[in-house]
Amino acid sequence: MDDIVLETRGLTKRYGGVHALEDANFILRKGEHVAVVGDNGAGKSTFVRQITAVEQKSAGQIFFDGREVNFAGPLEAREAGIETVFQTLALADDLDVPSNLFLGRELFRFRLGPFSILDRKAMRERTLEALKTTAVKIPNVDNPIRNMSGGQRQCVSIARTAAFASKLVIMDEPTAALGVQETAQVENIIRGLKERGVPLVLISHNLRQVIELVDRIVVFRRGRIVASLRKDETDGNDIVSYITGVKGGQDAA
Amino acid sequence: MSEASHGLGGLKYDPRKKERPQELNVFLALVVIVVAFELIGRLFLGDSFLFNTRENVDTLFNNQRLSIIILQVSIVGIIALGVTQVIITGGIDLSSGSIVGVTAMVTMSFAQTAMVNGNPNPKAIFGEGLMDLPILVPVLVGLACGLAAGFINGALIAYTRIPPFIATLGMMVTARGAAKWWSKGNPISFPTEQYAAIGQGMNPVLIFMALAILFHCVMTYTRYGKHCYAIGSNEAAARMSGINVNAHKVLVYTIAGMLAALAAVVLSSRNLTAQAGMGVMYELDAIAMAVIGGVSLAGGRGSILGTVLGALIFGVIISGFTFLKLDAYYQEMVKGVIIVAAVVLDQWRQRGRVRG
Repeated sequence: MDDIVLETRGLTKRYGGVHALEDANFILRKGEHVAVVGDNGAGKSTFVRQITAVEQKSAGQIFFDGREVNFAGPLEAREAGIETVFQTLALADDLDVPSNLFLGRELFRFRLGPFSILDRKAMRERTLEALKTTAVKIPNVDNPIRNMSGGQRQCVSIARTAAFASKLVIMDEPTAALGVQETAQVENIIRGLKERGVPLVLISHNLRQVIELVDRIVVFRRGRIVASLRKDETDGNDIVSYITGVKGGQDAA
Repeated sequence: MSEASHGLGGLKYDPRKKERPQELNVFLALVVIVVAFELIGRLFLGDSFLFNTRENVDTLFNNQRLSIIILQVSIVGIIALGVTQVIITGGIDLSSGSIVGVTAMVTMSFAQTAMVNGNPNPKAIFGEGLMDLPILVPVLVGLACGLAAGFINGALIAYTRIPPFIATLGMMVTARGAAKWWSKGNPISFPTEQYAAIGQGMNPVLIFMALAILFHCVMTYTRYGKHCYAIGSNEAAARMSGINVNAHKVLVYTIAGMLAALAAVVLSSRNLTAQAGMGVMYELDAIAMAVIGGVSLAGGRGSILGTVLGALIFGVIISGFTFLKLDAYYQEMVKGVIIVAAVVLDQWRQRGRVRG
């Protein structure tokens, strides 16, 4: 039991009469990378939104880091150690890379309430370090994010998550809008997380990517978890048959 | 740099894409406008805009004109410093002119002297006990007025979620009403010598410059400044990042209110009197200075330095029109055109933003 990072029991979310998520039982162990796959509307994003408390669950329990949690909002989840890369980028376009990385958790040279003096040098240095450990290459970190390509912006967003994450990282379709090379870079960041032993929940449509990157694949269909497949015991065709409902009429964990 | 630009993932970086700092563009505009007035002056009037042409004065520049240019914009400039911070967070403040009005009235009431040329003060608002007070009293009362008005603005915007335009429009009308109500429309005059000294000579310029430097540092080097830009740039992201957006907005509007109040102190001191109509349209002039200086009405972009340059452009244009002996009507008309032109330019810049 000790090595369980995240567990959900009977997690359920209804929007009015629509059962978006039904009785989801899910376990994530230390250092484990798990992919969440499924068709559009299968409940993947809903599942993540309950864990990160972007929405409030209808029923069920969530255990994180050894205790039951009821986060009031995404901020509390983040403070507890769950870092999330959302589909919509949470970046401030007019700020440079260090400012974005340290947004809301700035380093100070001198504390004076809201007028605390920023330690820009230290933030810049630690940004370069973080970009190095996450293998993100940004040519000029002093440029506003606005001047960067979609891929670079996504990398900054992911580097921010990866740099501060210690307990759990959740990525919702991190490569959906990226080109081939940019996708490769994001995948490298994910491998880096694996090496550092940071657990990951990855939502993705890209089965090739999923099989390459993660240890275990959890399939959602019509709001239910229908399969939990170890990477070495499955293949693309197998996963697709669970996604489409050819296999696995029954609930699985 | 070229090595790094072909790293993993082939993310390319073109140094030429790096934008020129906005302030440089504004500065160039300032130079162009000054040169234009200089040329027009030389060609059509046989006089110089910038340089000294009088023989009995031994200076290179026309110092008198230069000091007027900056003096006439410094009081509104003080307001513009606060308005700049508000606009950078993505808001707007229409109430600063009215805050100047009400603060001038209240402050002057506490700054009156008891005896004028051996006679009791004919404009006295309060009894003897509240006259000839130390200078600190009216100044603090004035700042408190601005603080209260700004705080109400900020609290309304942050906690009722009404648009800043509406909240500060309400304050604009209410504060102007309060200014008229305070002395039933009568002007308030005869301040103490100490109070009268605040706004004399080049003091407004010194106060404006000192505040500009202070807030330049605040916006550049502190968490407050960083969060102003973050909120104006992407409020949802700022919220997600754990910034207390509501508290920050209250602080920003409160500071803007206090700067407007400070402008009221300087203005009433300089004029030796306070009237309910003081500061009418100042809010628009202040917004114009910021916008001309490159502060984006969409939020997230601009700087105190830009606003100071914007204020100088404003001053140069007004002086230039006087220099060309054009009617005051033209001044106002052209002022309007410049404001719209600055916003149009800003819109073009927004559209030109590089997206991947």
